Amino acid sequence: MNKRSLVSAARWSCVGFAALLLSGCNLELMSPMGDIGAQEKSLILIATGLMLLVVVPVIAMTLIFAWRYRASNTKAKYAPKWSHSTAIEAVVWIIPCIIIAILGTITWRTTHELDPYKPLDHQAKAITIQAVSMDWKWVFIYPEYGVASVNELALPTNVPVHFEITSDSVMNAFFIPQLGSQIYAMAGMETQLHLIANQPGTYAGLSSNYSGAGFSDMHFTAIATSQQGFQDWINKAKASQLSLDDQTYHTLAQPSEKVPVTYYTNVKPGLFNAIIAQYMGDMKMDKIGAEPAQASAIPSPNDHAKAAE
Amino acid sequence: MFGKLSLSAIPYHEPIIMGTLLMVSLGTAALLGWVTFQRKWGYLWSEWFTTVDHKRIGIMYVILAIVMLLRGFADAIMMRAQQAVASADAAGYLPPHHYDQIFTAHGVIMIFFVAMPFVVGLMNLVVPLQIGARDVAYPFLNSLSYWLTASGVVLVMISMFVGDFAATGWLAYPPLSELKFSPTVGVDYYIWALQLSGLGTTLSGINFIVTILRMRTPGMKMMQMPVFTWTALVTNILIVAAFPILTVALALLAADRYLGMHFFTNELGGNAMLYINLIWIWGHPEVYILILPCFGVFSEVVATFSGKPLFGYKSMVYATAGIGVASFVVWLHHFFTMGSGADVNAFFGISTMIISIPTGVKLFNWLFTMYRGRIRFTLPMMWTVAFMVTFTIGGMTGVLLAVPGADFVLHNSLFLIAHFHNVIIGGVLFGLFAALNYWFPKAFGFKLEERWGKASFWCWVIGFYMAFMPLYVLGLMGMTRRMNHYANPAWQPYLIVAAVGAVFIAAGIGFMLLQFVVSIRNRAANPDLTGDPWGGRTLEWATSSPAPFYNFAVLPKVEELDQFWADKEHKRAYPQHAHYDDIHMPRNTGAGLIMAAFGTVFGFAMVWHIWWLAIGGLLCMIGTFLVRAFDTDVDYYVPGAEVEKIERARLVPLHKLIENVGPASAGEKVA
Amino acid sequence: MSTAITANGAVAHGGAHEHHDDGSKTLLGFWIYLMSDCLIFSGLFATFAVLGHATAGGPTGKELFNLKFVFGETMLLLISSFTFGLAMLNMHAGKRGKVIAWLFVTFLFGAGFVGMEVYEFHHLIAFENAGPSRSAFLSAYFGLVGTHGLHVTSGLIWLAVMMVMVGKFGLNDAVQRRLSCLSLFWHFLDLVWICVFSFVYLFGVL
Repeated sequence: MNKRSLVSAARWSCVGFAALLLSGCNLELMSPMGDIGAQEKSLILIATGLMLLVVVPVIAMTLIFAWRYRASNTKAKYAPKWSHSTAIEAVVWIIPCIIIAILGTITWRTTHELDPYKPLDHQAKAITIQAVSMDWKWVFIYPEYGVASVNELALPTNVPVHFEITSDSVMNAFFIPQLGSQIYAMAGMETQLHLIANQPGTYAGLSSNYSGAGFSDMHFTAIATSQQGFQDWINKAKASQLSLDDQTYHTLAQPSEKVPVTYYTNVKPGLFNAIIAQYMGDMKMDKIGAEPAQASAIPSPNDHAKAAE
Repeated sequence: MFGKLSLSAIPYHEPIIMGTLLMVSLGTAALLGWVTFQRKWGYLWSEWFTTVDHKRIGIMYVILAIVMLLRGFADAIMMRAQQAVASADAAGYLPPHHYDQIFTAHGVIMIFFVAMPFVVGLMNLVVPLQIGARDVAYPFLNSLSYWLTASGVVLVMISMFVGDFAATGWLAYPPLSELKFSPTVGVDYYIWALQLSGLGTTLSGINFIVTILRMRTPGMKMMQMPVFTWTALVTNILIVAAFPILTVALALLAADRYLGMHFFTNELGGNAMLYINLIWIWGHPEVYILILPCFGVFSEVVATFSGKPLFGYKSMVYATAGIGVASFVVWLHHFFTMGSGADVNAFFGISTMIISIPTGVKLFNWLFTMYRGRIRFTLPMMWTVAFMVTFTIGGMTGVLLAVPGADFVLHNSLFLIAHFHNVIIGGVLFGLFAALNYWFPKAFGFKLEERWGKASFWCWVIGFYMAFMPLYVLGLMGMTRRMNHYANPAWQPYLIVAAVGAVFIAAGIGFMLLQFVVSIRNRAANPDLTGDPWGGRTLEWATSSPAPFYNFAVLPKVEELDQFWADKEHKRAYPQHAHYDDIHMPRNTGAGLIMAAFGTVFGFAMVWHIWWLAIGGLLCMIGTFLVRAFDTDVDYYVPGAEVEKIERARLVPLHKLIENVGPASAGEKVA
Repeated sequence: MSTAITANGAVAHGGAHEHHDDGSKTLLGFWIYLMSDCLIFSGLFATFAVLGHATAGGPTGKELFNLKFVFGETMLLLISSFTFGLAMLNMHAGKRGKVIAWLFVTFLFGAGFVGMEVYEFHHLIAFENAGPSRSAFLSAYFGLVGTHGLHVTSGLIWLAVMMVMVGKFGLNDAVQRRLSCLSLFWHFLDLVWICVFSFVYLFGVL
């Protein structure tokens, strides 16, 4: 039976092939540029390593048993009645239990440490960026600077960033793979994300939740730069001819695809909350920015998710 | 008069769809013409379309599943081709509107109209035989369930040529699936196709629970049921517990779209997160509904071909039940990134990992069944070994995705796509193919030939690894799912490899069809004369192949697990009886088919807002049912003498055969 | 849909043959069906629980619900359950005419319930500007209460069919089995209504 050897040969060539492919490229998630991403990378590696402790023996045993106890190998022991062993059964229940207990503990700890809503423990003061997903582009509002941009965001390195995220359309997800966690963007509510970039660079950002025909072009660039570079970027936006008032916003919110990077100055204060508020309460659909919504009235998705359970 | 329907609903301007329409029409015309030419309509109607025989219904389910596998795979290879070329923001050959429908249809078809009917078909074919019953508890309902599933298929197929299908992803998340963002009829096709087939599935679930609980042959205790029957029981309990939630979610979405309600809209207090919770409360048990029966298949196959009883039968049963229960408390792991608190996320992450414990135990049990066995590498066994290796990898990536911190970067990426294809192809599909080769002789009386089957096997396995291992890498490179085109050229080489893998899988499917053709043509070379071609252990092998319509002339007495094996050992298998009783059987009926046909009309009319037709369809459906309810001529008796004749014709030569080749597992040696 | 379960064809003669259904198989199946229906209602109750406060500036339950009226509805349904019980007692006693009579009474009470509900819905939509598309709360309200109403309506159709069947076939095994299923169904709807009454109306007004 050379079929078995064929199986393993095929398997190993697959593994070799994969290794070949891997060596030549840059895996974004395995080369994180921020602390959150770095923690998630090591979490992935630790969890994978733990599971390999079971997975490798199982695969090996499968192939070895299949080979050794093939019908043509009459030298192998044949126990046609044997179907029970308390010792083996105890072991096969206990080993997965132990692995899962360890993994579960790690999960509990890291889930709390990496909670996207948890502010980062860092000496620098966090800046706030408000991200709004639309059909089909991202708008980033810098409330502390009164500027906004489309499909490009800048953030200073080694400064925690507090993202407030919503949608003015269907559901999307805000994701910069090399910085770490993603979170959904949903209309009528605000989700939060805390990230930090430790290395300067330009990173790809995208929506990772399908949102309709223009979805594939819903990517943006995230520029992580020095404090000075960040200030320059803000100044560039401030120098823009465009201001983001109700009228401009309304035009911007219409469906469009492949929107080039655009900067806005004089962003109307409270715009982000107004975007959320238009989906809440009364039927004041088109009155963006008519009155600032009270932040407390915004249901956190937490409550909703819990209620839905 | 015709609601939203007009001639412009047919997508004339799309050459790909029109080409498909032409091919499908020609194929259908050829098939219908051939049936007419062979004068087989009467036979098909009286023997198949109106049948209430669980075995024939099972066969029809599996045929439906294989036909839809071709459709679902056509979608798959089109997606792979698109992504292989649409690099650096090239447009590719599929515009988003078409591509988005394709990935939606692919998911919907593969889950609802391939995996589900295949699994339900197998349960139909095997479960009553394994428990020594003559039919299921409600044979008419069984026929209705089948035809309702078929009407879902019909609606999905019509959607390709009249109007469009949903372009929302296979779970149709609102608000995207709401009227405001999906104003065409695509989502409506989706809703009604799933409601009709979902109703069929629920009824089938009820049917099998009662069948397994109440119709086991005298003496068979629960802990003496074959493992496949156990997994079928748990699966059907999951069906009955989960599908009503799908019904609710889809009905509320329909209320939003048809009645202007605000369950899941952005406006006026609607809450899309509610839908996402509801759909996954159904959706997660659904994946266990698919995989558990396949676990059952592997258990049967590995025991049979290792020539040993299954190792740790009780563990297996408890593990199955444990998985069933736990599958209801893990659904939130599908949306860790929705912003639920850390406690909630951690709870669902850990509960998900806990499921991997009984699953791991199952793997070890199969391993120790092989241990000290005499393993015959027939096709079912080859699929099983391929499954054990592949599924282990898929299980590992699954547990990784269950860690919220890891999921925060892997969610919705191609890593996720690779994971669930790894478990659904490597688990469900490999299991179904193992089952197909294993139980085929029981259904038709001859074995599938092995050469093309092996070619198919290797193409599938190699194709699977080539198509999906690169997707794991792409996920780690930050590529997200459902992209029509992409800017990053570094992704392209992997996508090309994946596309080549899809071509291998295409060859695998082709060889499988060839295997069927060759096997049917050479069926005289591979006959199953004993009814026990593999040296089986469970009751389905005790009767003839194909089984007579009454399954068992005399219900077998069961006192232990693997009763048939023990009977063979003690040379008391295939008993000849001096006297046969009359057998009470249900009569065939066309009511199920007619009701489902009216159901299809109803669904189609609802999709296009043709209200008079919808009301008419519904009333006719109810009317047909009432006519059936007033029909008292629903059953008959097979005279004992006729049973005796059929049994003698089988048993006399069989006993001679056994004398000739020796007592031990005659079936195996003859075959 | 709900009656589909009774259509198990495999039985007509009755008797001691080993594969004959004494009716318990059908009843078990019907119980399981009721459990699945119960899950449909739990889904709707959960929806109501989530959306019950999402009035979007529109009217609340407190402003809309008339407890006395709903109490009247409730009484109709409760009495109809009682009269169905009387029909079942007569079935066991083999009194065909009385079975039909009590089924008819049950039908009247059930129809009264549905009539009152239709009136209530009409009133909300036409006069209170509180239709199902006004807010998520009202969608959930109409969804839940309306689904129950549809169940009662299909129960009424079933009742009518059973009256004809009792007239035509007498109280044979199949008819008795179907009456038992309908009885379960009817009491089940009663039970669901009690929950609707408590969770939707009572808590809504409090």
